[in-house]
Amino acid sequence: MAAPGFERVPISEQAPEVRAKNFEEVCLGYTEEEAVVEAARCLNCKNPRCVSGCPVNINIPGFITALKDKDFKRSYEILTESSSLPAVCGRVCPQETQCEAQCIRGIKGDAVSIGKLERYVADRAREEGTKMKVECAPNGHKVAVIGSGPAGLTCAGDLAKLGYEVTIFEALHEAGGVLTYGIPEFRLPKEKVVAPEVENVKSLGVKIETNVVIGKSVTIDELMENEGFEAVFIGSGAGLPMFMKIPGENAKGVFSANEYLTRNNLMKAFRENSDTPIFKGAKVAVVGGGNVAMDAARTALRLGADTTIVYRRSAAELPARAEEVEHAKEEGIKFELLTNPVEILTDDQNNVTGMKCVRMELGEPDASGRRRPVVIEGSEFELETNAVIMALGTSPNPLIASTTKGLETNKWKCIVADEKFGKTSKEGVFAGGDAVTGAATVILAMGAGKAAAKGIDEYIRNK
Amino acid sequence: MPFKQEVPSVMYLIKKKKVLCPSIFLMEVEAPRVAQYCEPGQFLIVRIDENGERIPLTICDYDREAGTITIVVQTIGASTKRMMDLEEGQGFHDVVGPLGQPSELVTDDIEEVKNKKILFVAGGLGTAPVYPQVKWLHEHGIDADVIVGAKTKDLVILEEEMGKVAGNLYITTDDGSYGRSGMVTKVIEDLVENEGKKYDLCVAIGPMIMMKFCVLTTKKYDIPTIVSMNPIMVDGTGMCGACRLTVGDEIKFACIDGPEFDGYKVNFDEAMGRMRLYQTQEGEALLALQEGKTHHGGCGNCGGDK
Repeated sequence: MAAPGFERVPISEQAPEVRAKNFEEVCLGYTEEEAVVEAARCLNCKNPRCVSGCPVNINIPGFITALKDKDFKRSYEILTESSSLPAVCGRVCPQETQCEAQCIRGIKGDAVSIGKLERYVADRAREEGTKMKVECAPNGHKVAVIGSGPAGLTCAGDLAKLGYEVTIFEALHEAGGVLTYGIPEFRLPKEKVVAPEVENVKSLGVKIETNVVIGKSVTIDELMENEGFEAVFIGSGAGLPMFMKIPGENAKGVFSANEYLTRNNLMKAFRENSDTPIFKGAKVAVVGGGNVAMDAARTALRLGADTTIVYRRSAAELPARAEEVEHAKEEGIKFELLTNPVEILTDDQNNVTGMKCVRMELGEPDASGRRRPVVIEGSEFELETNAVIMALGTSPNPLIASTTKGLETNKWKCIVADEKFGKTSKEGVFAGGDAVTGAATVILAMGAGKAAAKGIDEYIRNK
Repeated sequence: MPFKQEVPSVMYLIKKKKVLCPSIFLMEVEAPRVAQYCEPGQFLIVRIDENGERIPLTICDYDREAGTITIVVQTIGASTKRMMDLEEGQGFHDVVGPLGQPSELVTDDIEEVKNKKILFVAGGLGTAPVYPQVKWLHEHGIDADVIVGAKTKDLVILEEEMGKVAGNLYITTDDGSYGRSGMVTKVIEDLVENEGKKYDLCVAIGPMIMMKFCVLTTKKYDIPTIVSMNPIMVDGTGMCGACRLTVGDEIKFACIDGPEFDGYKVNFDEAMGRMRLYQTQEGEALLALQEGKTHHGGCGNCGGDK
């Protein structure tokens, strides 16, 4: 193999025409040799800018140096000092805008492939049965964590490492939150990657009670008053789907991306032995341009549909990761950009037959800094489709806030919490992740879970 | 040493099973967190095993001390047929709840509720969710009239239990094989027009088509009517939006805003259409279960050969 240079070691992937027909993981990961060669590209900077680009401040040069030296255990130890979910982060973090965006190598060539290296170390540790280190003896204090997604798992893992007795309450029947119900198998394998990461957190002593809907099965106040929890972390995510409020949206064949993905990912509708049905239209249109839209479109494609993404801005504004857009295009997904649906068309049985759309052009920047899409007069046209999946974003479920005394929320129903420690308006209650910020990324939620673990530790020690 | 069986930490044990009629059965299931806080009008979701779908069911009864809830199930698809095969001592993989809002009768000012003459209309399996509401009212000193309708005599369920807590109980069967003869709507008409009954509120729970016609009937007499909607659902916590309904000019989620709504405002035709979305796939699953490996397709209708 060539000496370490300006270009990163390419990663192998399933061929687009093959993967378009299966739910196996797209990215195949590095081999040992490839990983070590790529690791050698790291300059081990004295002042590593990548670390400050990481929301959980992983010692990136540290784990990469150990990897370069083939000390895989040490490398995993360094990773897990900062992250409880490295196999997940290595796959779904937007490294290109975080750690890798800061990499000195990126100035004259490719940044070091930090994400793919993280994935390699975490996968190898799992295959070899390497476990995270536990440092502290139990301290006898009980903490409840609500939601077993990235924020909750991270917070719980960090608290367990400090000796806390942690119970995670999960509303669904399986742990993992968005990692389980939202992100598809072909990006984040459930049994191979998510379940072992959850097991890792459990191996630190964390209990996970599934099928508990906080606010319905039991409230936060009751957990604190009756079940002896001294502090609570809310990492309940942003689970409520948004719709466009256009005519025809309740037709048969219109779904939220949440529903479509949950049927396929959590309920495994793509497998023959699953009891849960999923709608299989010949043509599927997905409205939206984020990662969730890409996930929904690529799922529909794998279920056999001719799939089109409809997005109201242009390619430059697509909020999805570049890699996801690239993958979607390679697999044969069509893009109708600068296009917005105004009505869903149906037959006399209320089945979806198409979408009435308008073309858009970009005007002045709006509050988000992105150029506002403006309708082009007289541009109306019909797009034929049998199903429409709305991937327009999600907002926090108001259930917890509305059943917890003294918990403040803002006008978007997000829980108000300070950034440093996730402290809310209610004593002993902390929050972080999408429940606070609205829909964001896995790693930002993990960062918030980490910060709240520090906050909770401080709160209990000073009580 | 005797073999000690490892009990899975989360298993929702079936304490009692009773077949009410060939297609309807009752189960008492251990689910302490649900039993502790559930109220009449709410529902839960069960999953049989790790391949099972999430099935929303109404709560028919609960025992807070014993930590059990009672469900009544009708075998209509592959999942409910598999559920019927479960016996006492076995369990569900998952039970989650209580979900949805309690009935307004439970949350409203009790003195106001006491001043109302209430009529419940239960159709078929709808008798199960009506029962805890009537029982709750009875326990609070309010006797409500109840109409229970079924297709035929064999399908009348919970008659004895309902009789103990209802004011007047009117049973009717579509074929006249038991009780009165005809649909529940005919009984409403008879009670109001011929038997001098006056009602301030009606609660109708049953198949959507029954609720639709109940509302058309009670509208004639200006009786405000509450219905309990049971659309397709996945998570039951507001996450998927599969259960969305048009209520007045608003979109509501049955799982978090309901399941009970003002019957005058519900768009039943749209809701009934949405119920049929997976009919073909459900039919195929049922055939596959009934006929097993002998089901090889070829009829050209069911698609089982594809």
